[in-house]
Amino acid sequence: MTLSLSNIAKTFPDGTRALLPTDLEVGQGEVLSLLGPSGCGKTTLLRIIAGLERADAGARIAFEGEDVTHLPVERRKIGMVFQSYALFPNMSVRGNIGYGLKMQKLPRAQINARVEEVMALCRLEAFAGRAVTALSGGQRQRVALARAIAPRPRILLLDEPLSALDAALRGQLRDELALLLRQFAITAIFVTHDQDEAMAIADRVAVMREGVVTQTGTPEALYRNPQTAFVAQFIGDAMPLSGRITEDQLHLPGGVLALPSAAPGRQAYVRAEDIRLDPAGPLKARVETVTFLGTHYRIALSEAAPGTLFALHPGQSAPRPGDTVRLAIAPSAILLLPSEERTP
Amino acid sequence: MTRDTFTLLCLLPLAIFTLAFLAIPIARLVLASGEGVDGWAIYLKILQTPRYLSTLVQTVLVSLATTAAALIISTTAGLYLVRNRFRGRSIILSILTLPLAFPGVVVGFMIILLGGRQGLFNQMLPGHWVFAYSVTGLFLGYLYFSIPRVLLTVMAAAEKIDPSLEEAARTLGAPPWRIMLDVLLPALAPALIAAGAIAFATAMGAFGTAFTLATDIDVLPMVIYTEFTLSANIAMASALSVVLGLVTWVMLLIARSLSGTTVAAGG
Amino acid sequence: MTRLTKVLPLLVTLLACAFLFVPIVMSVLAGLTVNYFRGLSSGLTLRWVGEVWTLYSGSIFLSIQLALACLVVTLILGVPAAYALARRPGRASRILEEFISLPLAIPGLALALALLQLYGSYQGFRMSWTFILVGHVLYTLPFMVRSVLAVLAAIDLQTLEEGAATLGAGPAQRFFDIVVPNAMPGILAGALTVVTLSIGEFNLTWMLHTPHLKTLPVGLADAYASMRLEVASAYTLVFFVMIVPLLMAMQWASARAQRITE
Repeated sequence: MTLSLSNIAKTFPDGTRALLPTDLEVGQGEVLSLLGPSGCGKTTLLRIIAGLERADAGARIAFEGEDVTHLPVERRKIGMVFQSYALFPNMSVRGNIGYGLKMQKLPRAQINARVEEVMALCRLEAFAGRAVTALSGGQRQRVALARAIAPRPRILLLDEPLSALDAALRGQLRDELALLLRQFAITAIFVTHDQDEAMAIADRVAVMREGVVTQTGTPEALYRNPQTAFVAQFIGDAMPLSGRITEDQLHLPGGVLALPSAAPGRQAYVRAEDIRLDPAGPLKARVETVTFLGTHYRIALSEAAPGTLFALHPGQSAPRPGDTVRLAIAPSAILLLPSEERTP
Repeated sequence: MTRDTFTLLCLLPLAIFTLAFLAIPIARLVLASGEGVDGWAIYLKILQTPRYLSTLVQTVLVSLATTAAALIISTTAGLYLVRNRFRGRSIILSILTLPLAFPGVVVGFMIILLGGRQGLFNQMLPGHWVFAYSVTGLFLGYLYFSIPRVLLTVMAAAEKIDPSLEEAARTLGAPPWRIMLDVLLPALAPALIAAGAIAFATAMGAFGTAFTLATDIDVLPMVIYTEFTLSANIAMASALSVVLGLVTWVMLLIARSLSGTTVAAGG
Repeated sequence: MTRLTKVLPLLVTLLACAFLFVPIVMSVLAGLTVNYFRGLSSGLTLRWVGEVWTLYSGSIFLSIQLALACLVVTLILGVPAAYALARRPGRASRILEEFISLPLAIPGLALALALLQLYGSYQGFRMSWTFILVGHVLYTLPFMVRSVLAVLAAIDLQTLEEGAATLGAGPAQRFFDIVVPNAMPGILAGALTVVTLSIGEFNLTWMLHTPHLKTLPVGLADAYASMRLEVASAYTLVFFVMIVPLLMAMQWASARAQRITE
């Protein structure tokens, strides 16, 4: 199913503008992630799509061309996985998964068959008769997903579905969820504040900030070509290189860097993985701290730029704190973005 | 049907019932109190007529005595039961909460069995021990009624006191009576005020007990009853009811705001 | 001194116990003894209980009928209202809750007087058992509403309902599938409280009853005033047999519901 949103805005009764007018298209079978810091309006947008929240006047939500703007949630035929899962404690695993089918008043045999099918898909057969209160976090998450897809919804909405899990489980279930969403071949919208989750699961990511979608694109596109400093910083932790730009040169406290092109009025950013320790490099820096992370070292550097820079160093050995080192940054690795006052 | 309509629909039956059988009748009662020959001056008349005034004073005094006695007995017993585990404790607890469901009439009968003409005391010590039909009997009846209610409130509060508070006071060298005064009673204070207010309000409004024990003790509910049934003085019965209702309502409002518990007044 | 501080509380506790329990035992024994004044030596008998049954079985059945009717009405009025109050917490809800709780604070006598003055002239209503029922519902309704409300306030009702809504359940469907089952501990505790209180209610009932409609406690007052001690005691015994198991069930159910809300 395709989803098209136009002019979706939300003002809360107290006057807070949670969401500024937003347009968005999601294609058939596409998995879109709404990514942003807490309070950016991503959950509000998801709840408006679900019908749990009413958008300001003038909005239009269309499922496959059908206008559903004024349809109540229970008639939109959506599936939703809640942050807290919202499993019904008064029903078993089977009862929860079959509830949506029961609402469609399907014959019992048909309900049972579909419940079995979905439970097999989500590897829940062993827990069918259990009370949902007797399940682990990961199992609950799978029940919530199974319950949402069992009635074959037109679109699947997921609100931070992994945030209630502990870190180790989260990584494992992230990949599992990505795989399952591809198997369902369903249009899905996935809200998260974790860039790794968004990158791992989504076909396309919409980065949100302060009620506005700032950029949409594939994970690679957002990483390689961020349009704003916010996106560059939020995805891949780009660091500002604040210095004076003349023609295609950047003058920093530690030396002069070559830029890919002349960039008057812009601000340069670089990511930690693009800073190399190179005895012949143009920048001089002082080592502040060195952290060994197994596959590489993370080195904090001062004096090269006004703020602290971090470099990821993959070598077998690392300099010591207090050493003076030289750095190189390839011109193609420097992101030149419109300068921005605020940092996230 | 939207959610909001459904929510309102859920409230509708209760709203209709409450309007018809609570709001309008109370309004009618208040109006009726002003419809006598004295008009609204009837409330002044309550204070000027010795019989009503002495009734009011007597009711307040008995209620205060009941409250004080119930607080002392129930706090002592409640603290003891919270802090000591022993064989038979659960039986004692059951006995002490058993009268919770007794209506005032039954409580009155219990007092008659103790202090009536054929009561336990008069049988064992013949001649001088008939106290059921006096103010003493009434006081004991109200006490019987209040002990379980106060006990439950006190015990619930006492169980929430952090035992380390008392241990801390002990490490600082406080003797038992100082711990009681400086640690336990302050921690229990909200519950005690709440329970006291409930006991007081209950005693003020108790009708069944007074009705069983005697019709000639002048306490407010009995006077309201006789004004209404015997003298057919509707306005005065209404006015006294309004006064009584206001007093008990304010007392229980205080109780609620201090403890947040709900204990049936009843009786 | 130390011994006194240890012994005194125990003594007070035991005395309080005796004060509450001795008359109960006396009443049970008096109801079962052939002649109370000659004591147990006169022998045990069920004669008085039998006499109570012939005299007052009607009042016992009326009380049961009233209690069950009262339960049905408080369920119908109270459970949906508790749900509505839980869904829209706010000033208006607080005031409404406070208002329906008035019968806990205002003595039953005053309420009965209010009802009599407004509806006393409607003879058909005044003379019917439903007039007493109104009084019982007034008095017990706040217990049902609060008991259910406490449980509903303790669970994440909104998210559960949203979950059901995304699966296609409308408001009424959600009420029966999600709200009622999850409120069950509160409903059970409330129901037992309502029945217990209704069976023991006297203050309102005494004013509202008619000579042909005597409930159990009204019958008790009648027996205390006009019957011999053995019959009054036997009647009290019958009342205990009905009320004590109810009280225990009510305390168990309330403790269970309390665990959810904490």
